[in-house]
Amino acid sequence: MSDITSSSFVRRDLLTERPAPVKTTGFIGLVRTRLFNSPTNILLTIIGALLLWFTIVPSVRFLVVDAVWSGKDRTACLAENAGFAVGACWPYIQAKLPQLIYGFYPEAERWRVNLTLLLAVVLLLPLLIPRLPAKGLNAGLFFLAFPVVAFFLLHGGGIKGFGLSWTAGLLELFDDSIINAGQVLLGLSKTSAIGPLLWIVGQLIVLVGTAISWLIFPLTWLRDQIQGTGQSVWLDFAITAAIVSLIGFVLGGGVRTGGRALASCIATFVAIAVVIKLMDLDHGGLSIVTTNLWGGLLVTLVVSVTGIVTSLPIGIALALGRRSTIPLIRIFSIAFIEFWRGVPLITVLFFATYMLPLFLPGNFTVDGLVRALIGIALFTGAYQAENVRGGLAAIPRGQGEAAAALGLSWWKTTSLIVLPQALRHVIPNLVNSFISLFKDTSLVSIVALFDLLGSLRASFSDPKWSTPSTAFTGFAFAGIIYFIFCFGMSRYSLFVERRLNAHRRN
Amino acid sequence: MSDPIVKISGLNKWYGEFHVLRDIDLEVKKGERIVICGPSGSGKSTLIRCINALEEFQEGEIVVDGIALGPNLKHIDAVRREVGMVFQSFNLFPHLTVLDNCTLAPIWVRNIPKRDAEATAMKFLERVKIPHQANKFPGQMSGGQQQRVAIARALTMNPKVMLFDEPTSALDPEMVKEVLDTMVDLAEEGMTMLVVTHEMGFAREVANRVVFMDAGQIIEANTPNEFFAAPQHARTKLFLSQILR
Repeated sequence: MSDITSSSFVRRDLLTERPAPVKTTGFIGLVRTRLFNSPTNILLTIIGALLLWFTIVPSVRFLVVDAVWSGKDRTACLAENAGFAVGACWPYIQAKLPQLIYGFYPEAERWRVNLTLLLAVVLLLPLLIPRLPAKGLNAGLFFLAFPVVAFFLLHGGGIKGFGLSWTAGLLELFDDSIINAGQVLLGLSKTSAIGPLLWIVGQLIVLVGTAISWLIFPLTWLRDQIQGTGQSVWLDFAITAAIVSLIGFVLGGGVRTGGRALASCIATFVAIAVVIKLMDLDHGGLSIVTTNLWGGLLVTLVVSVTGIVTSLPIGIALALGRRSTIPLIRIFSIAFIEFWRGVPLITVLFFATYMLPLFLPGNFTVDGLVRALIGIALFTGAYQAENVRGGLAAIPRGQGEAAAALGLSWWKTTSLIVLPQALRHVIPNLVNSFISLFKDTSLVSIVALFDLLGSLRASFSDPKWSTPSTAFTGFAFAGIIYFIFCFGMSRYSLFVERRLNAHRRN
Repeated sequence: MSDPIVKISGLNKWYGEFHVLRDIDLEVKKGERIVICGPSGSGKSTLIRCINALEEFQEGEIVVDGIALGPNLKHIDAVRREVGMVFQSFNLFPHLTVLDNCTLAPIWVRNIPKRDAEATAMKFLERVKIPHQANKFPGQMSGGQQQRVAIARALTMNPKVMLFDEPTSALDPEMVKEVLDTMVDLAEEGMTMLVVTHEMGFAREVANRVVFMDAGQIIEANTPNEFFAAPQHARTKLFLSQILR
């Protein structure tokens, strides 16, 4: 070593060549420095290798090496015919694939499912790729237009009216239930100890109901007139379009700046008209396929996508509600979250399917699939609320104060400053819940809906394909499908996280 | 010039049982630059946070540019649009670029078209001497730069009054100067400023009036010359002897 403190230095002996140090890169280097560099690591390496040997090798043997790849029925997958111990029986999956994807959806109508899936992919892919333009329009199409189109495609059926008729119908239903409640109270007042009080309250409620029915009479009258004409859908459509466009025009700023709002309203209604015409909704639409015929991957995707898309807004609303300063909203949010989190999903599904109809008014039925969907959305929403709340808690108070000091309202502060940051913090948790939701959809099979797993188990009972390895093959296949979707979500969320958190890298 | 742009009268505030602000009366004229100093916990930050309603108060009245901000906190947004605020911890929005930080409020509060808002923002970023960093995120900048962006962000709303809540307290000594220089420039352009700070050099150089607070009340207010040369109250003398050494 040279003595740095001395001001002059002259080398006396020239340095001789030395051999290079032990290699630390490449495969050999890895083996030396990481796998076999100490007794403990040698032991761990051996254990690891054994684990791989006992898991990977049998899986590959079962799925690929010992598998039967072609055949017409169970005989192909029997050991005595194949000549070796048979692993996976893939012809069985091949034969049952339509059932696993469509369930009992009528064969002639399956193009509708394919078209819906195609539409979903075509709309979703550009939404997931950040570089592509027109995200607003794309999101609108996927989140608002697609569900409606998908409903009429998958379920079928047409419409008899449009916005005006629906509004009138809803108001009428609301009014009827008020009057009903009043009459129930009146009925009770004859037997109850506090009869007079109930009588007064009942009379009041009926009076309010009657008043409302007079208030909405012009609307219902107009509806009846429209329904009386031959072109009820189009007449109603025209009136609704005119009213909504006018509102958009006025809200958009009237003559000065409302032109844009008016144009987008008109464009939207033209698009809706095209869809109605294309799908023939004004003449009954496609033939109806009731949801008890749906099944397989179709149900799994419908339930999970609806659950994912609806649970996040529910969760955000509940999380904000839980932090609200208004006691009523806060108490409601807390009660809601704690109730749904405290109840198992199976109970929720059972309740929604078998007990909810008992509580609803007699003439009011909700489809079984929709009931399960609502149950799952609310259940996951409660979980998402707590995830989102975690993100909200991580935002410093100063952020909200800075936004307030600039004059931003609570809504703008929340939607532009607080939520964008909060949601970025909790992407892993949100996706965690999405993945667990995707797998929990298999629970709908206990309320007589046949999702992928349900259809699979139904197919086990087919004697044509009953072999010792049928069940294993089926579950392996289902496992692979679930894994592909969940792993896809996980990878995509990592990508989103990295992209959105660009500001945290220095 | 004679009309006060901020008028605080009989302001009282309690945190629970704790009386943080006691009978504060203060008038700020247009173009006036006031430095508020005092020991920590004396209520100086709370006072200027009351002016744009980040804190509510129980008694008294604050009038900003003719808009009354009573205890019931009406007209908050109207007042906040006229008052810019710079915080000790910058409070830039970390998920937005510097430019987006500066255009957010003009676009969403004043409904200014994006293009115009960006032009204005660039003008103010040039004034605080960081136009070339407009597309960076706050996390990629030094504390001094962030604080200058925060000043530019407040200026984009064309405030009539600027509040500074210890703008240099969280900065490295080297960066204090660049922020103070920006504030001096602003003062020279005639901006009305209320500054809570411990920078006595700034007070001497820029302020029209120095207000000394302790225990939630105004102890002494005077021109900087008088205030530093001949403090009247015993508490003021003690404070100055400790801070000026």
